[in-house]
Amino acid sequence: MSDSSPVIAADGRPLKASLNRALRRQKIRALLLIAPLLLFVLITFIAPIADMLFRSVENDIVSNTLPRTVVALDGWDAASGETPDEVIFAALAADLAEAVSAKRHTQLGTRLNYELSGMSSLFRKTGRGVKKLDMDAPLREQFLEIEEDWADPEIWNTIKANSSKYTAGYFLNAVDLQMGPDGIEARPENQRIYIMLFGRTIFLSVSITLSCFLLGYPIAFLLANLKARTSNILMILVLLPFWTSLLVRTSAWKVLLQQQGVINDTLVWIGLVADDNRLELINNQTGTIIAMTHILLPFMILPLYSVMKTIPITYVRAAKSLGATNWTTFWRVYFPQSVPGIGAGSILVFILAIGYYITPALVGGTSGTFISNRIAYHISSSLNWGLGAALGAILLALVLVLYGLYDKIVGIDNVKLG
Amino acid sequence: MKLNKLMLGAGVLAVSAAPLMAQDMTIVSWGGAYSASQQNAYHDPYMAANPGVNIINDESSPEAVAKLRAMAEAGNTTWDVVDVEAADAIRLCDEGLAMEIDADSQLANGDDGSTATADFGDMLVSACFIPQIVFSTTFGYRTDMVPAGTDAPTGACDVFDLETYPGKRALNKRPIANMEWALICDGVAYDDVYDMLETDEGQARAFAKLDTIKDETIWWSASAEPVQLLADGEVFMASAYNGRLFSMIAEQGQPVGMAWNWQMFDLDGWIIPANLSDERRQAALDYVYFATDTQRLADQAKFISYGPARASSAPLVGQHATLGIEMGPHMPTDPNNAENTFVNNYSWWADYRDDLDAKFQAWLVK
Repeated sequence: MSDSSPVIAADGRPLKASLNRALRRQKIRALLLIAPLLLFVLITFIAPIADMLFRSVENDIVSNTLPRTVVALDGWDAASGETPDEVIFAALAADLAEAVSAKRHTQLGTRLNYELSGMSSLFRKTGRGVKKLDMDAPLREQFLEIEEDWADPEIWNTIKANSSKYTAGYFLNAVDLQMGPDGIEARPENQRIYIMLFGRTIFLSVSITLSCFLLGYPIAFLLANLKARTSNILMILVLLPFWTSLLVRTSAWKVLLQQQGVINDTLVWIGLVADDNRLELINNQTGTIIAMTHILLPFMILPLYSVMKTIPITYVRAAKSLGATNWTTFWRVYFPQSVPGIGAGSILVFILAIGYYITPALVGGTSGTFISNRIAYHISSSLNWGLGAALGAILLALVLVLYGLYDKIVGIDNVKLG
Repeated sequence: MKLNKLMLGAGVLAVSAAPLMAQDMTIVSWGGAYSASQQNAYHDPYMAANPGVNIINDESSPEAVAKLRAMAEAGNTTWDVVDVEAADAIRLCDEGLAMEIDADSQLANGDDGSTATADFGDMLVSACFIPQIVFSTTFGYRTDMVPAGTDAPTGACDVFDLETYPGKRALNKRPIANMEWALICDGVAYDDVYDMLETDEGQARAFAKLDTIKDETIWWSASAEPVQLLADGEVFMASAYNGRLFSMIAEQGQPVGMAWNWQMFDLDGWIIPANLSDERRQAALDYVYFATDTQRLADQAKFISYGPARASSAPLVGQHATLGIEMGPHMPTDPNNAENTFVNNYSWWADYRDDLDAKFQAWLVK
């Protein structure tokens, strides 16, 4: 047998091809086995996220509702600061007449109101007046008679700036910027809230993670080192709230924390707090931190516990027998071995906290709410889905960046769930 | 043979099951004491008269406009009849989300023989709006928390007076009523309030006034919340719908008093979503015809202190269904209650709600 001649398998084919065929078959089978899960993830996870990202830039309502006006506005210079001429008003009148009969003008007003407050009422009012317009007389004066705001170039600039099919407006808005006639500029001072909210979300999430760690570490240590009987009971106590409905737990915190609640009543009864000076523990950031620490605590304790369980007690004994004090034993021998558990617990708690919204909505008042509450507001109340999507996309990017940083500092290989 | 019998059996089963299958009708309202009054006065008698209909209660009225918009966007409207305020009815009508009603042919005539249009009169504020009640947003306060030596609060402006009445307040988490009270209590004349609210300066002035109590305010969104906050003693004063306050004072005997001055009058009624299937639209119209006739509107006032929207119902309003007290003095329309009343300009709010909502919500988180 020479080197060049292929090895033949039992069925007479070259062995290499036969092997490949078998491998391919295996791969297809493996793929078929995971296909249901893959499809499930694609349909319920990847597709909605992609759709959400798309919504944050999609913007066809202006060009669809006011096609003639958009074309006519091409020749108008926003920076000139002048009200557009008769031609543009004529185009607007024709567009609005159509939009009003299809009852689409209010949607357009709502859309443009996201960019410039006052647009919604402008379109609603104008919509009522459009039927009475005399199409043969000069239209500019008639529009100004319905609502003098039509003379304001800012209105026209907003329409022009949003006439393209895709927009960066939602993302600009999500970081407190807007598109002015001279390019990107800061939003008016009273509308700048999102950077502050992102900052608050991160600050509160870090605080919650820290307090979870401080409270959870000793409990996990006890769990891992007590006798099996006692630690089992303790474990049930840790898991019990975990099995209770989130809403029930949050409502229980309302009862405990409010000014006439159990905690304040007890403090007043003991005499620690004056009756007319009760502590404010709810409807602010304190309330959010307390309730969320409690709700997320098991996510810190469980990974800590399972890592601590694997630390051999012999190391501690060895350190002590070599003359280390209790503190040195703990700090130099035990603690470093529990770091992977801390890493896993912290990242779980932090990432869960950053996207939480039910608990802050119920106990956070106005100062203790997260960016997710604002996203929920835009998705379910103001229906500004574009801005909600942009905020969500930024939050997603933020989490990924933080995760990358975490990987750099702690190292993701250093994270253990057990 | 055997198969035939089986099929015959199945057929009989299917036929006999059909009449038992009740038709579901989702009615959206405000929850709590108000939904209970509708259950007693409208839903129960209607279901008794129409055994084929099963009414499902949904408490989403506070966010009805947003949800109807989202349902229209998704092309699947799951609600049949929706209870909304006048301003929301006008908005939904403008947006083509509510069905237009011809009052005289689609609503019952008055008991006194008047046409529906004449009977409802000014209450028909939009082609889509089927009026139900007149209510007011007013204030309740804890009688046991009034500082010693001071008079009890009398109305909206006392909310802004932190010196005389320290303690937490609860206000509705939306601009309606709060913006008007802020201006009127800042010294703006009644007739100028809405003109001022149209301007940036007027809005800034209202927000500045609200800023003075922002730290002491708990914001509520469900209409049962302020009543709960008052019952728990969490707040000293709370804005709430007058019927809710009535039920907590008269029915539950809570130590709460009414502060009526500058109460805000508003209308509430039904709308039927546009684009329902013919069958569901017919069912919804049939329900609304029944639920807004003279007797039914008067019946509701036996359970909660809201004024019926029909002129012909007024003489039929008598005593509370279980407590036996006269309802008249508890109605927001009783002239002895308030020195000043504020009539909500619902058509103004229909135009400006989106603008001010955005500003108000941004102001809240700042």
